[in-house]
Amino acid sequence: MPLIKVSPLKIFITLSVLFLIYSFTIYLKPLREKDHQKIAYQKQSASGKDVWQKHNCHTCHQLYGLGGYLGPDLTNVTAKPGYSDVFLKAIISNGISQMPAFDLTNREMEDLLVFLKAMNETGTANPRHYSTQINGTFTLDNLE
Amino acid sequence: MKSGTWLLRLALLLLFLGLFFGFLASFAYRLTDAKSGMLGFLTLRPLHVSSAYFGVVLGGLACVTLAIQKETVKRISFNLLKIHLFLWLITLVGIFYSYFTGDFGGREYWEFKPIWALPILISYFVFLLFYLKNAGSYKNWPVYKWMWFTGIVFFSFIFMENYLWIFPYFKEHLMADMTIQWKVNGSIVGAVNQMIYGLAFYLMTKISGDEKMGQSKLAFAMYFLGLFNLMFNWGHHIYILPTDRYIHHISYIVSMTEWIILIRIFYNWNQQLKENRTHYYFFPYRFLMAADYWVIINLTIALFMSIPAFNLYTHGTQITVVHAMGTTIGINTMMVLAGAFYFIKPAFESLKALKRMSMVFWISQITLFLFLATLTGMGIQRALWQAGITEGVFGQMMQNSRPWMIGFIITGTLLFASLGSVVLYLLFYSFKEKVSFRLHKKD
Repeated sequence: MPLIKVSPLKIFITLSVLFLIYSFTIYLKPLREKDHQKIAYQKQSASGKDVWQKHNCHTCHQLYGLGGYLGPDLTNVTAKPGYSDVFLKAIISNGISQMPAFDLTNREMEDLLVFLKAMNETGTANPRHYSTQINGTFTLDNLE
Repeated sequence: MKSGTWLLRLALLLLFLGLFFGFLASFAYRLTDAKSGMLGFLTLRPLHVSSAYFGVVLGGLACVTLAIQKETVKRISFNLLKIHLFLWLITLVGIFYSYFTGDFGGREYWEFKPIWALPILISYFVFLLFYLKNAGSYKNWPVYKWMWFTGIVFFSFIFMENYLWIFPYFKEHLMADMTIQWKVNGSIVGAVNQMIYGLAFYLMTKISGDEKMGQSKLAFAMYFLGLFNLMFNWGHHIYILPTDRYIHHISYIVSMTEWIILIRIFYNWNQQLKENRTHYYFFPYRFLMAADYWVIINLTIALFMSIPAFNLYTHGTQITVVHAMGTTIGINTMMVLAGAFYFIKPAFESLKALKRMSMVFWISQITLFLFLATLTGMGIQRALWQAGITEGVFGQMMQNSRPWMIGFIITGTLLFASLGSVVLYLLFYSFKEKVSFRLHKKD
């Protein structure tokens, strides 16, 4: 039986359309989850992310395991015992070990802390909080 | 021809700078604080990553330009190439200025201010125009021309997607923002790979003299498999990110299709060895051969890292860097160097010079292997700590990694010296000898 001949262009277009549909499904995520946080909180955490980017924090630190390797992952840093706002501000302003001191304005410091708190609220980046499954996936443990 | 050659020189210069800044960064990582002096780790890492990444990107674009120019080029297209080169020069000056003055504001791998991304995007549109004008009818395209076309189109699209974060709609939703950020970082590598693997396919076609190779059904099947993975497998970067589960599932399933590529490599093993023996002393082939072996190592690592249960423990460790650097240096840089050897055509003045280059080649391959082994050591140490198997605070874990770190610095220095000398040799030779292509102008 002869094989059906499909031109490369048709396959290319079909795959590209599927890719666009997939991409737009992801772009609509903020719309689907519109009320997940208060608007003011969202804006301030976005400003905090700007501070994170402006000072290149990802060069040394990670969020959900994504970023540099010189410092620890900061996804859940605000939830660590003893890591109060005052303590975190002191580390950022004075530096510690290989981490230099950063001269942030009060506004920048507040925004950055809100961003880190918002990040903590999204979930956990600790692999110990997950269990692997037989099918090669993993699931989040009940942390209650 | 000049624009293509200058583009290749620029790519080689960037690759050298990538190695040089990487060499400096490895010392800064261990010895100083992240901001010390003008060239602290905070500045060196973006300089290293951007130089190496843009070196590979430009290397691919340069070789495609030179390959197209070997066929037919319309006179009007020379202006497009000049504009393309000019836009890259502007953007590179802007990016380096941005880094040296500490004026960041971008994201990982793209730390420069978003304004400097604009000339890159425009340059891609210009290059697409050049390509469509000169690559002939798509109906007769061999697979490598499809791959180049795919690389140009998808890089342009994904690069625009890379800056969606400047809109509050995306930036204010943390998880959507991070999902898109890593969708971009994952799939843009696929777009660059289409350019580079297309170049490798082109070189193999020319070296073997078998033009039919580029039209075979198997070659097209592999191309579409690569394209399919470019589009849908990027989710393995964010298995731990609490985003939509379907993204993780799609990525897991799609990533597993890459086993087909690995199985095919082993199926063709005898053929591969025969080819290695036939073309061993032809340097463009030598670097392609090296890339082939690095593909096996990196694809195996990638396949395991794409299994979520495995990824849970390797994610966030230097094992991810082994994969990233193994791919960038072992595969992409080797293929660009193969292209550079093919187009620059350096003549070895004596048997001694040939043997010297041969020795440098092997030193670079062995040091790259050892370099990745030290990173793996660091990665395993971190993975064990993350999983709670070893105790202590973060600083203790880092201190325990010290022997691996010293090995990393030593092998990194050797890699810089060996691979850097190959890049410099090609760069200098490109000025020494006129590249001798005959152009057939249509109008």
